[in-house]
Amino acid sequence: MGIRFILMVNKQGQTRLAQYYEYLTLEERRALEGEIVRKCLARNEQQCSFVEHRNYKIVYRRYASLFFLVGVDNDENELAILEFIHLLVETMDRHFGNVCELDIMFHLEKAHFMLEEMVMNGCIVETSKSNILSPIQLMDKTS
Amino acid sequence: MGSQGGFGQSKEFLDLVKSIGEARSKAEEDRIVLHEIETLKRRIAEPDIPKRKMKEYIIRLVYVEMLGHDASFGYIHAVKMTHDDSLLLKRTGYLAVTLFLNEDHDLIILIVNTIQKDLKSDNYLVVCAALNAVCKLINEETIPAVLPQVVELLGHPKEAVRKKAIMALHRFYQRSPSSVAHLISQFRKRLCDNDPGVMGATLCPLFDLITIDVNSYKDLVISFVSILKQVAERRLPKSYDYHQMAAPFIQIRLLKILALLGSGDKQASDSMYTVVGDIFRKCDSLSNIGNAVLYECICCVSSIYPNPKLLEDAADVISRFLKSDSHNLKYMGIDALGRLIKISPEIAEQHQLAVIDCLEDPDDTLKRKTFELLYKMTKSSNVEVIVDRMIDYMISINDNHYKTEIASRCVELAEQFAPSNHWFIQTMNKVFEHAGDLVNIKVAHNLMRLIAEGFGEDDDTADSQLRSSAVESYLHIIGEPKLPSVFLQVICWVLGEYGTVDGKFSASYITGKLCDVAEAHSNDDTVKAYAVTALMKIYAFEMAAGRKLDMLPECQSLIEELSASHSTDLQQRAYELQAIISLDAHAVESIMPPDASCEDIEINRSLPFLDIYVQQSLEKGAQPYVPENERSGMVNMSNFRNQDQHEGSTHTLRFEAYELPKPSVASRVSPVSHASGTELVPVPEPSYPREIHQAASIPSALDTGPLELKLRLDGVQKKWGRPTYSSAAPSASNSTSQKMVNGVSQLDGVGNINSKARDVSYDSKRLQVEISPEKQKLAASLFGGSSQTQKRPSSASHKVAKASSHAGETSQVAPAVSVSAEITTEKKISLQPPPDLLDLGEATVTGSAPSIDPFKQLEGLLEPTQVTSEGNHGAVGATKAPDIMAQSSVVADPLPTKGDEFNLLSGLSNATNKTLYGETTVMYLTQSNKGPNPKDSLEKDALVRQMGVTPSSQNPNLFRDLLG
Repeated sequence: MGIRFILMVNKQGQTRLAQYYEYLTLEERRALEGEIVRKCLARNEQQCSFVEHRNYKIVYRRYASLFFLVGVDNDENELAILEFIHLLVETMDRHFGNVCELDIMFHLEKAHFMLEEMVMNGCIVETSKSNILSPIQLMDKTS
Repeated sequence: MGSQGGFGQSKEFLDLVKSIGEARSKAEEDRIVLHEIETLKRRIAEPDIPKRKMKEYIIRLVYVEMLGHDASFGYIHAVKMTHDDSLLLKRTGYLAVTLFLNEDHDLIILIVNTIQKDLKSDNYLVVCAALNAVCKLINEETIPAVLPQVVELLGHPKEAVRKKAIMALHRFYQRSPSSVAHLISQFRKRLCDNDPGVMGATLCPLFDLITIDVNSYKDLVISFVSILKQVAERRLPKSYDYHQMAAPFIQIRLLKILALLGSGDKQASDSMYTVVGDIFRKCDSLSNIGNAVLYECICCVSSIYPNPKLLEDAADVISRFLKSDSHNLKYMGIDALGRLIKISPEIAEQHQLAVIDCLEDPDDTLKRKTFELLYKMTKSSNVEVIVDRMIDYMISINDNHYKTEIASRCVELAEQFAPSNHWFIQTMNKVFEHAGDLVNIKVAHNLMRLIAEGFGEDDDTADSQLRSSAVESYLHIIGEPKLPSVFLQVICWVLGEYGTVDGKFSASYITGKLCDVAEAHSNDDTVKAYAVTALMKIYAFEMAAGRKLDMLPECQSLIEELSASHSTDLQQRAYELQAIISLDAHAVESIMPPDASCEDIEINRSLPFLDIYVQQSLEKGAQPYVPENERSGMVNMSNFRNQDQHEGSTHTLRFEAYELPKPSVASRVSPVSHASGTELVPVPEPSYPREIHQAASIPSALDTGPLELKLRLDGVQKKWGRPTYSSAAPSASNSTSQKMVNGVSQLDGVGNINSKARDVSYDSKRLQVEISPEKQKLAASLFGGSSQTQKRPSSASHKVAKASSHAGETSQVAPAVSVSAEITTEKKISLQPPPDLLDLGEATVTGSAPSIDPFKQLEGLLEPTQVTSEGNHGAVGATKAPDIMAQSSVVADPLPTKGDEFNLLSGLSNATNKTLYGETTVMYLTQSNKGPNPKDSLEKDALVRQMGVTPSSQNPNLFRDLLG
């Protein structure tokens, strides 16, 4: 199961979205997020976008003030995950229009819905933006 | 756009988000959330809350949990919301529940019913929402409740439903493979689904299935190859394209599957070569995603049956990765190199310099990856440098997790390739000194074993040299403070066993040291126990040698103290010591023979010395002994007891009927099979009936001997015994038995590589002398000889080539620049590749993207255009956020022209796909640089300000467009 968790964290280390694909208790999540965010925020632009942490490999990418962190298994293709992050951001951008941190904060559930379409059981299952967004747009229309 | 429409949230919610967004510290955020919890607790319990309001509360609960606080008081409301009729509310409810609950939570039972109902809904979006929940919430016990419906949905007319249904089955398979064992064919069937999304999703479960059982899926090789071919030829809808790559994520998954299927299978691999070769050629090597696919190709090529042409392609890509300026690509390159050297070890040599650069890099991630590579390419010629480097690195880091890993790797390499005893001991000392408490205790036992046995050559002088140098170095090190307990145990054991053997050190000197250790670690019982036993051995050896025993006063007081210890173990050891030194020399020698840790303890199971006693008893009228298995009543007893133990261990009820009592033979077999565990065979039994069954029950015992009890003694003997190394058995036997022979105390995690590498290691050790001088020279110029002289010029010349990029690390380099000019020039050549387009392109992407002149792009230069588009999308992560903004504004201006140009470009390059390709590009560009860019942002900004959310100085970035 490739992806173990997806986090969005801002520059101050505040969590903006968290989705886990394996169960961790609240304390474990807190600790994990703290350690990972500290590690990733300490890195500079030249360094790899990958960090090893315990049994995870973290692939992260920064957009403006927001860091996207994806925890994966050891045998995952890191570059592909890096592009998966970008695909996610592009998808959100198509939906929100110039997506910014605040969009995600105000529409946390929508960001989650998009992830639900893209990733199931820790696997990337959908990469077509129109397929990802159509259920969400349909839902917007009906309600 | 959705966002504007969605701002129908209450002031309260906006305020909450705003205050969280502007919180200055974790403490402030916690305060806000705690306050929010109080509010929610009050509000959420009120009667008749409007549904939209309730949805907001639920999302606020999500916030509470996300920020690390307990929101369990509201779980039930999230559960209730899943019952709602409105799709949006229902889906929000499901979302919250999946975020809050794990699959074993008590509330799940309340949702299963709703899920069942929703799976039958006419609205496919409701079905999808339910299937999402199924993937997160259904555990092994509730699978049967939804399984039939999920299976039915596999044939649903909507592709989105089919896709999610297949993933639900995947999830069931992950949870409990047996629950869907009869549905495996469904996965194969869905692979042929008309919808590429369903097909793509089906690859996930198939990958898992194939990982576990490759052979059952060999028939699919042709299908996978043809799917991959179609994908690579852009037969999929263009909405799957990503940065002009055709469905790259599906390609990657297919390549992963092919790698599994082609591994060690020439026939299967044959059918893959063409398509993999095509992808190698087609991939856009300038984009990240193109490189991701290329990397996956390398993984595939290095896993399947080797093909020279593809290996060449792979090597080319690797060298491009390694030469790149991007750390990400270097990282991938190092990883890929590690995979490829398994097949063609010679390619490592051309990348020596790049590898050393990565090793010297300040980036920790890259460094670790490089150590992983070095670990894979260690041989006896370079082991010293590599292990030294590893140890230096190990000392420098604080991350215990990785420290443990690298320590055990050092130990493993040192054991396999050690060039000399002295080096080995020194290396182990360093590892234990700095990571002693982290290494597995087995490693310590292994070290003791090695010192006792030597390296397996039948050369006693070498062995005694090893021991002497160990003793000497330990005596040297023993005084140091804060030695890890494990290390002290080793030291005590070795000193006890070999401290006085070579006569260099007197017994009183050694015993004095041992007493010091025991005293200095008075709260470590294990160390004290080792020390006392060591004392006992030394006194015993002294007495056996006929020397007069004069016990140091501190030893006496130590023993007195320990004989009153709270630890019964220590007490016993102290009393034993006292008992032994009161015996005569002859008795002592037979109790404690010198250097006998490797000797076999002989047990005569027939206990002949009792024969006389038995005879006398029988004569006096005692009952003759009847072996246990011949006492029929006993058989069933022991049989039942064994069953009980089985059941006790699984903690579940057994539904099948009790087995019939087995015939006596079976009862004898079952304890045998237990023998591999910790359990002991209760009573020694006659061995004649067992011989027959043993072969069937323990295959591993086949070659070791007919007697069961003897077998386990053999295990002991081999663990410690000398002959195992010289015997020919290890290389011939399979890895399991070898592990048993050599590696009883090997680290577990590395078992496979280990046993494999071991074969090599012994061979190479013997062959060491025959390594050609040329090769040695090469190795020396890579890592060897004096590592310093080698590495420094490399980074020095690197400095020349790269100017400022590694300014930090080269400070120590200057004095060594002149060393071996030959090497330096050689390196310069390899470091200055022909300035081809590719390198230029990369430089532009990562470094100076913002400075690209828009007019130049208008000139219709093919390459730079692509570069900008890459710069825009590919390199966003690498460049700074403000850069992105600047860059995108540059790109945005000449947008229409650029679009045309792309049309032209694609028309030239790919006549058949002309329209498609051009269209995507234009669409893609317009979408990421949406026309009225600033206006849109401003509007949003104004809207939010209206609602009272103003960006404070603390976090002005809240409004910053993520994509620029």
